[in-house]
Amino acid sequence: MSQTILTLKERPHVPLEAELLSPDVIAPLGHDEVRALPVVLGKRQRRLDEFFDIEGAGSEDLVIRGDAGRVKWIGRGMTRGKITIEGNAGMHLGAYMKGGAISVSGDVSDWVGGEMAGGLIHIGGNAGGQLGAAYRGSLSGMKGGTILVEGSAGIELGMRMRRGVIAVKGPVRDFAGLQMKGGTIVLLGGAEIRTGAWMVRGTIVSLKPIRLMPTFTFACAYNPTFVRLYAKSLQARGFSMPYEDRAGAYRRYTGDTSVPGKGEILVWQPSAVQ
Amino acid sequence: MLRITGGKVYDPANGVNGEVKDVCICDGRIVPEVEGGRTIDATGMVIFPGGVDVHTHVAGAALNFARAMIPEDHRRAEPFVRTQTRRGGIGGATPTTYVTGYLYAGLGYTTVNEAAVPILSARHTHEELADTPIVDKSCCVLMANNEILLDLIEAGELERARHVVAWNIWAAKAYGVKAVNPGGVAAWKWGKDAKGLNEPVPGFSKVTPRQIISALAGIVDELGLPHPVHLHCNNLGAPGNVSTTLETMKILEGNRAHLAHLQYHAYGGDDWPTMRSESVKIAEEFNARKNLTTDAGAVLFGDTVTITADGPWQHLLYKLTGRKWGNIDVENETGCGVVPYTYKEKNLVNAVQWAVGLELLLLIDDPWRIYLTTDHPNGAAFWRYPEIIQLLMDAEFRKEQLKRLTPKALKRIVLPELNREYTLYEIAIITSAGPARALGLTHKGHLGVGADADVAVYNDTSNVAQMFAYPRYVIKGGEVVLEEGEIRKTVEGKGIVVRPAYEQKIEDYIRPLFQQYYTMSFDNYPVEMERIEHPDIRPCKQPTV
Repeated sequence: MSQTILTLKERPHVPLEAELLSPDVIAPLGHDEVRALPVVLGKRQRRLDEFFDIEGAGSEDLVIRGDAGRVKWIGRGMTRGKITIEGNAGMHLGAYMKGGAISVSGDVSDWVGGEMAGGLIHIGGNAGGQLGAAYRGSLSGMKGGTILVEGSAGIELGMRMRRGVIAVKGPVRDFAGLQMKGGTIVLLGGAEIRTGAWMVRGTIVSLKPIRLMPTFTFACAYNPTFVRLYAKSLQARGFSMPYEDRAGAYRRYTGDTSVPGKGEILVWQPSAVQ
Repeated sequence: MLRITGGKVYDPANGVNGEVKDVCICDGRIVPEVEGGRTIDATGMVIFPGGVDVHTHVAGAALNFARAMIPEDHRRAEPFVRTQTRRGGIGGATPTTYVTGYLYAGLGYTTVNEAAVPILSARHTHEELADTPIVDKSCCVLMANNEILLDLIEAGELERARHVVAWNIWAAKAYGVKAVNPGGVAAWKWGKDAKGLNEPVPGFSKVTPRQIISALAGIVDELGLPHPVHLHCNNLGAPGNVSTTLETMKILEGNRAHLAHLQYHAYGGDDWPTMRSESVKIAEEFNARKNLTTDAGAVLFGDTVTITADGPWQHLLYKLTGRKWGNIDVENETGCGVVPYTYKEKNLVNAVQWAVGLELLLLIDDPWRIYLTTDHPNGAAFWRYPEIIQLLMDAEFRKEQLKRLTPKALKRIVLPELNREYTLYEIAIITSAGPARALGLTHKGHLGVGADADVAVYNDTSNVAQMFAYPRYVIKGGEVVLEEGEIRKTVEGKGIVVRPAYEQKIEDYIRPLFQQYYTMSFDNYPVEMERIEHPDIRPCKQPTV
């Protein structure tokens, strides 16, 4: 299958807005049309080939090479195909995406997967803040799809998310699952403070002990069936989550009772006897 | 000099119904004849007097608060890119000031009345109105929860109250008096509301909403203001509020009054699940009471933001929606609440509201007494007026739209039984001639000799929604401001104010109260005349006292 390879000439000095870097837009285009796509640098409209060396005609398989940490909106609203970023990616990567897959080998900035509704984003490095979050003022953040992070993640992870899964291997900063309305967040490396603040529904699973707010109430310790399903699905992608009774149990806390909410935080407690 | 020739003229104030005749303009006014100058060929088009919006919220602290609260609306709103003739900005539920002017002019509207201004933020309101181009602007100052005034009404000192009202109108550089939920907003400061018209307002010992309504309506008439008291009745939006509205109409007997956004005050039932339309009862009573005018406050389905001085209602709406809520208390004067809202077809309450707005427009038989509004942005943004015009003019289209409602909702409304269709002549009344008359703007809303040359020229087509959304020409004060869908020239509109008579010594009464109760000093309170750009001071009728 053909590929479209875009190699960044140099890291731009100011952010480059490149929302047309999406398989939906690029797939039907010829080589010259791809080169002529408009991007916005600061307040000026420029051509894509001023910033990227481009190989191949348009395809559903985009490869972006170089440090694109200042390239914003890659894959915005995409519905199909694949984007492979060999390097870093900037803010709003995969925002509003509905399908397809994005994988990034390096780090990504803030608002990645903002209000996404479907598809997969896999991040090899660390993620910034507001991963899968709602944009300011919106009622819901992520509405579907999956975000997987090999490294750490910033504040307000999954803020107002309604559906979908976010799994993070490394540590996560404050306010994970802020005002969450549904969906699942799996924290393999724990989180800092105020996890699940104002959450109404949804599930946050932490495999490390975390500081809980006083507005969460202990309910029971158990191994819910759905955790087993998630664990098997995530295992295939290299995110391992314990679920067997002999290994331990999840302590279930409900909250946030200050909203009042019916969300849950499940904190893994390994059994004393292994 | 300008001549518009070949178009069908709809000028209801002068009894002109679709006659083909020339409209001549010179020095910003309609004249009998011009020699030379530009000629616009309006063959195949209709000519209306420029639209007049009797009730809208386009400037001031509350609106700005709403703008700040809804970034999600700005993201999906239409951006206005700067061009040679206009500034940049953004549309949506709460357009920016400049875009408000462009959008109104873009519909053929040339005069707007900002319906709710607290005196304390009047200066801000006028600054924003000054930045709202093309249209002429007036505003109504909020009075029915002003504690200084309520104390006077409670004490029965109506003579002094009249001077205080007159002083306040001039201090705010307002054009009329607005009463919002009389007593209810004052009660809200105690966490309460004023639901019964005959019960004392919480925080006061004796004064009732009935007394406030009656006193204000009387004072406005005594002062001879061109526009009667502009009343937002108690119990807005509540199921069963029809009884309050009917009772309010009785209280107003003997006075003129304008009932704002009547749609929100015409509900039966006793709770949300039992809510139903009572537009038949309201229209029957209203039809018989010739002292009253009203505006529809119609609702269209979709996202918007609600903004009103009615603080307690907004708190209830926030509790119902679970969405964002903003509340402002304006010291001793009034309050305000802001809640983003989505009207949904499948929601029983919203469906009833949508129907009631249209029912009132169809059931109230005299188009000279009911005007097209959406209580912008509460029922829908003003730039959606053409959608309502289509619903009024096309009964078949209305029947199509009714299919979108649930069977349960259809049992609660009378709209399916109404077959009336508005004519272009009647549309010209409810969008221009009628509201101009209600506002007492004798030089607006008509195309007679001497009137302001505010003219809208539309294509004469059967696609009504498109026709009214895209005028061919809009002329404001004799200048062609819009042509072929483009803003061609940005003129500045007038600031319309009145100066009612009051005794200068009333300041000796108000000043110490100010020093005692207000955060602002008395001398900084009144808005200076210099703040009003292009002022147009309209005369009051001879005071009746």
